Amino acid sequence: MEQKRTKKEYVEWTQKIAPKTHKFKNMILAFIVGGIICTIGQVILSLLLKTGMIKEDAASLTTLLMIFFGAFLTGINVYDDISRVGGAGAAIPVTGFANSIVSPAMEYKKEGYVMGVGAKMFLIAGPVLVYGIVASIIAGILYYIFTMRA
Amino acid sequence: MEFIRAFIVGGLICVIGQILIDLTKLTPARIMVIFVVAGVVLGILGIYPALVEWGGAGATVPIIGFGNVLAKGVIEDVEKRGLLGAFSGGVRAGSVGIAAAVFFGYIMALISKPKAKNKN
Repeated sequence: MEQKRTKKEYVEWTQKIAPKTHKFKNMILAFIVGGIICTIGQVILSLLLKTGMIKEDAASLTTLLMIFFGAFLTGINVYDDISRVGGAGAAIPVTGFANSIVSPAMEYKKEGYVMGVGAKMFLIAGPVLVYGIVASIIAGILYYIFTMRA
Repeated sequence: MEFIRAFIVGGLICVIGQILIDLTKLTPARIMVIFVVAGVVLGILGIYPALVEWGGAGATVPIIGFGNVLAKGVIEDVEKRGLLGAFSGGVRAGSVGIAAAVFFGYIMALISKPKAKNKN
């Protein structure tokens, strides 16, 4: 019992003195992992542009492929490992958005294909779409008021 | 050269997310919501498109770039169709991303099994 408490105290003590280096390491890893994922996106984008595809289509197709990779790597249980290392570096890219869909959908498959897979796939993606779309509509209305009526 | 720029811009955006997670204890889900809304705001103000110009995929691959796409669509459609465009632009511009996420997300969830997790 006493040993347990000292162990707990020790953990608290290390957390008190260690967080700065810990956070710094997280930042570096997020930078590297996020940077690598975006560089892969840039390689795809540059290759597509080289084929003569128009800019907008190339950007859309790049997003589509990155989402596919994110979903695929989640399906084969690899993206979890990338997230463990990269933190926000894995969560912030669009591959992380795909991961946020596949991961809970897989997890809740046992609850059925409608309320399990169908509903839980939007556990995180739902809020992202709700706030993104609502913000864009408000932005559009403001844009209309400030630019179109003048 | 565009690869180095993509690495730097994409990496730095993710670092901002990591700092928010570590300092504010916000969950990754909330960070993603904040980033998308930030992308809409920076997009409508014309700030984010400049970052896309320089950083390429480094700016478009992070989820904040999706917010920028929504804003871009809204601007285009408001100029074309007026107020109706505020409702059509975002989803139209984001349609490939949304559809791809739903489609690949659903298919992958169907055919794969979660790894037996030991939660600790």
